[in-house]
Amino acid sequence: MSGHSSYVPKTGIERWLDARLPIIRLAHDSAVSYPVPRNLNYFWTFGGILMFMLVAQIVTGIILAMHYTPNSALAFISVEHIMRDVNYGWLLRYLHANGASMFFVAVYVHIFRGLYYGSYKAPREVLWILGVVIFLLMMATAFMGYVLPWGQMSFWGATVITNLFSALPVVGETIVTFLWGGFSVDNPTLNRFFSLHYLLPFMIFGVVILHVWALHHVGQNNPTGVEVKNVEKDTVPFTPYATIKDLFGMVVFMIVFSYFVFYQPNFMGHADNYIPANPAVTPSHIVPEWYFLPFYAILRAIPDKLGGVLAMGAAIVVLAFLPWIDSSKVKSMSYRPIARQFFWAFVAVCIGLGYLGAMPAEGGYVTASQIFTVLYFGFFVALFVIGLFERPKALPNSIADSVLGSLKGGSGARIATTAVAEPNAKG
Amino acid sequence: MAHATDTKSTETTRRDFLMLATGAVGVVGLGAVVVPLVSQLAPDAQTVAAGAPIDLDLTPIAEGQAIKLFWRGKLIFVRHRTKKEIDEARAVDVATLKDPQTDAQRVKAGHDQFLVVYGNCTHLGCVPLGNAPGDPKGDFDGWFCPCHGSHYDSSGRIRKGPAPLNLPVPPYAFNADTKIRIG
Repeated sequence: MSGHSSYVPKTGIERWLDARLPIIRLAHDSAVSYPVPRNLNYFWTFGGILMFMLVAQIVTGIILAMHYTPNSALAFISVEHIMRDVNYGWLLRYLHANGASMFFVAVYVHIFRGLYYGSYKAPREVLWILGVVIFLLMMATAFMGYVLPWGQMSFWGATVITNLFSALPVVGETIVTFLWGGFSVDNPTLNRFFSLHYLLPFMIFGVVILHVWALHHVGQNNPTGVEVKNVEKDTVPFTPYATIKDLFGMVVFMIVFSYFVFYQPNFMGHADNYIPANPAVTPSHIVPEWYFLPFYAILRAIPDKLGGVLAMGAAIVVLAFLPWIDSSKVKSMSYRPIARQFFWAFVAVCIGLGYLGAMPAEGGYVTASQIFTVLYFGFFVALFVIGLFERPKALPNSIADSVLGSLKGGSGARIATTAVAEPNAKG
Repeated sequence: MAHATDTKSTETTRRDFLMLATGAVGVVGLGAVVVPLVSQLAPDAQTVAAGAPIDLDLTPIAEGQAIKLFWRGKLIFVRHRTKKEIDEARAVDVATLKDPQTDAQRVKAGHDQFLVVYGNCTHLGCVPLGNAPGDPKGDFDGWFCPCHGSHYDSSGRIRKGPAPLNLPVPPYAFNADTKIRIG
């Protein structure tokens, strides 16, 4: 949808480079002249925020790796060494640990944004599936990163999660032994997790490039779900419009991030992880990091080991099939009166599962987890069924109509401003 | 094949031969490379060597007490069971169990009071409680796993909860009346 390149090399050097490696043209076409729908709201800034978080995690992570020792006898001490002895080590570690949490905050907003506005529907199925792949890689990376400090939660989290694979029939036990490199979680496990924790972010980066490529090929969705019909009227150029909006969103997000880093650095962690790993004692209440809690609740809701593992996996994998599960042609839930209520119910169910995942696995909590698990999967069934009979509200004719139409009789000055901005808006 | 020179020819050319021969060598080579790449993940020689048998004297373990020890990095429980616990374990109808095993199959004949089992829950590997005095022992006088709520009986058999199997019995033998060798 980006059409012809509007890049014009201005200097001799730029012309020379453009004829050999059109890299400035690529940057110009994808970050300057790239047309974005003019009606994007702040939920669309989370893609940029996520890109920032990925880079921030890689930068702080590489620095932490310079001071960390991936050995079961030294790992815990080396983390404390970072906290006490390394200049600004406390800051770098808190940025990295809280950064993981903020990364998930942003990715969940980003995913629910996609769900609400139907960003998974044609022609964005591959874009969406790449997103699910990134999400899975993020979960693997976060899990392995949490193991590295080698505290009690690290050790027992690693034990519980690697044991998930033992549920697989026949090959399960062998897989677990190969994951551990021993007969229990121990030094070889820590070593390989460190290696993979260093590798996976770069794999995420690779898939992010594909994700952005797919995005720029099909163009962004927007709050109406109506595709761009007239590039002149429906879009504005990425720079300055989206650039400044994304940057502003990032700065606001960083304020929240900074609050946690500087005022509540351990709010999202567990006190048990400041006890060195002890393979003879499991913490009395073992819970994963908050961003895994809904899936953990689903795991525990099923009274059968293999069944629980499969249900947890299915809860994530089902997202990849969403483009074909949702039977409605209308993208945005703003125009789907019934589906919209189910969407908000689904948000509540996910939060409910998160709460249940943090509670002990006994009595009423287990029953509630089972009900919420059924509701979680029920949402996807509902999306299929609702689309068959729901009467959507009338869609605007175009993106421009949806924006400018709402201004009729309102401020004439604002219409004038947009008209002035128009000449810059070339595809 | 060979369409640069002649697109219609279906004749077998030397290039077809090279393609097949190179491909075959490539597949064998790939297989040969995958073996070391995967094999290195398995427990290394040092880890395996650390699994040499260990001897344990059972006399200090009083009746009703249990101890923990490690063999090959895995946690093992050794429990000196009371008469009541043994009777309970033997009274169960084996057919009703999730993982049917009699108590006699899980201890050494003549040493019914000593139960030796791996100490990691067969669900997801947490350490069940029930060794220390005052620990919850679950509904069946054995162990209770706090992570996901599995109950084991006084024979280490799974009775309730998500765990699929009994606590496994490690390989061990009595080399004296109160001495065992694990491994």
